[in-house]
Amino acid sequence: MTTDMSAPARRRVSAGRSVPAATAVVLKYLSLLVAAAVVLVPLIVVLLTSLKTESEVASSGPLSLPGDWFNFANYATAIEQGAMLRAFGNTTLILVISTAGTVLIGSMTAYAIDRFQFRLKKLVMSLFLLATLVPSVTTQVATFQVIDDLGAFNSRWAPILLYTGTDIVSIYIFLQFIRSIPVSLDEAARIDGANSWTIYRKIILPMLRPAIATVVIVKGIAIYNDFYVPFLYMPDPELGTISTALFRFKGPFGAHWETISAGTIVVIVPTLIVFLALQRFIYSGFAAGSTK
Amino acid sequence: MTVAHKPRTGGPAADRRSTLPPESAHGRPRAGRRRTITALTPWLFLAAPLTLLLMFTFLPVADMIGYSFTDWDGISPSRSFVGGENYTDLVTRPARFEVFLVSGFYLVASFLQIAIALYFATVLSFNTRFRNLFKGLLFFPYLINGVAVGFVFLYFFQPDGTLDTLLRLVGAEGEHLWLGNPDLANPSLAGVSVWRFMGLNMVLFLGAIQSIPPHLYEAAELDGANRWQQFRHIIAPGIKPIISLSFILAVSGSLAVFEIPYIMTGGANGTETFVIQTVKLAFQFDKVGLASASAVVLLLLILLVTWVQRRLFPEERVELS
Repeated sequence: MTTDMSAPARRRVSAGRSVPAATAVVLKYLSLLVAAAVVLVPLIVVLLTSLKTESEVASSGPLSLPGDWFNFANYATAIEQGAMLRAFGNTTLILVISTAGTVLIGSMTAYAIDRFQFRLKKLVMSLFLLATLVPSVTTQVATFQVIDDLGAFNSRWAPILLYTGTDIVSIYIFLQFIRSIPVSLDEAARIDGANSWTIYRKIILPMLRPAIATVVIVKGIAIYNDFYVPFLYMPDPELGTISTALFRFKGPFGAHWETISAGTIVVIVPTLIVFLALQRFIYSGFAAGSTK
Repeated sequence: MTVAHKPRTGGPAADRRSTLPPESAHGRPRAGRRRTITALTPWLFLAAPLTLLLMFTFLPVADMIGYSFTDWDGISPSRSFVGGENYTDLVTRPARFEVFLVSGFYLVASFLQIAIALYFATVLSFNTRFRNLFKGLLFFPYLINGVAVGFVFLYFFQPDGTLDTLLRLVGAEGEHLWLGNPDLANPSLAGVSVWRFMGLNMVLFLGAIQSIPPHLYEAAELDGANRWQQFRHIIAPGIKPIISLSFILAVSGSLAVFEIPYIMTGGANGTETFVIQTVKLAFQFDKVGLASASAVVLLLLILLVTWVQRRLFPEERVELS
């Protein structure tokens, strides 16, 4: 519709000066291709390196191609010696519990704030608003002591508690969405004898599904990629997550770039798969999450 | 407040009594109890969220301010009050201020990043072949794990590595210590940050551009406006809120840089940032008091930036919340 209408108009406008217009088109695609190359080259080089043998890496330049395109030996080394399966297990466990916790906490807060009138409501809302202003990197020095006092240091509870307990953005996403759910639904259920918990569970939570999808995607990716929290709170290698396990490649594999590269690719591939599968949701999810 | 809520709590209770006549016999005591339960209900839903909020956001802030006036090492049970000593230490040692110069590199880089993102968002909002492919390619780095990004670029910047090889192809000879030379290290790291975060800015801008009603462009094209005029008079004003938000996030983001320099250089060669310094003070040198003071300073700076933003663009906050 839009294109149909604008295409002839544009042709008319540009007809008089087609040479500069053609140059502009060439420059536009050239800039896009350059940007695509800037994104891809560093990643492709790592992919190539991950398929090379140790001697190939030592003897040939970074842009050369591997001799055997199906040399997955580095991947085996990375996954086994880098304990990456355990790391995937830890990350998955933390991710599932924290994401579920975030959804519960966020939706319950939104339900309480949007659907009830109560004393101190203004205070509660301003507490949550104030919390958005405090970036969590700044308070880790003291958060660490709180986690330590709880006995959660060096356990999976530390990241779970922090991911679940400090996510104000999710609360805002739920709060914004719950306003579009008609209150008449709650009231109808209440007349049928449902209590608040039933209304929350049977009506609000199912209606919040699109917001839940957004939160799960944004939160899931954030947890998968987080380095700071597991690095600070779970120094035990047994508790390594994807990020910290990969970070530990730095020591033992020192200059073994073929192994480090394989580990890096192993970490990137799941992200790529999720991105390709959920592209549309990811764009809208991050747009919703970052403007809060 | 209280006056406003009373009629509403009365509402459902009254409804119930009229719809369920058998209950009206013991209506009076039950209604009283029900009112207490109704008043309690929101607090039952808020109990867990508020506990977590107080425990992991407000308690740490309060603790941190408290620690910042002590000489605590983070382990020993005793700590003594030292007044403002930590703060004077922060202010009087010039070495501690170098981290702000490092932030300057990231700040400049993020302005560059916003400009690049604006360009590509505009380009992709017009008719472009393989639009979704380009959008996906440029956005994907934002999704990649930070440690993976760090390793990708550690390899990229190796002496005689990818970047040097590519430069040789275009005729620039020589090996560079991209991460080892203090003059090059910060620009290199800031470049990685642009590589990683540009796509997010672009997608946000693109979303805002696409929410501009298309008939505005059509009208402009009929009036003979060229691309630059369309950008200047339709797109730029239409996405002003998200651009100003990006600038604010750029400032607070460049103060809080941690991951990329910590993973890639560990803060060596003059690449130490404020957060790296704080983490080192607290967890390597056991100077929790001093680290807290420095974190309080960072927090105040970020609050100041946010306050300035609210002052400069009051209308945008309303729109976004």
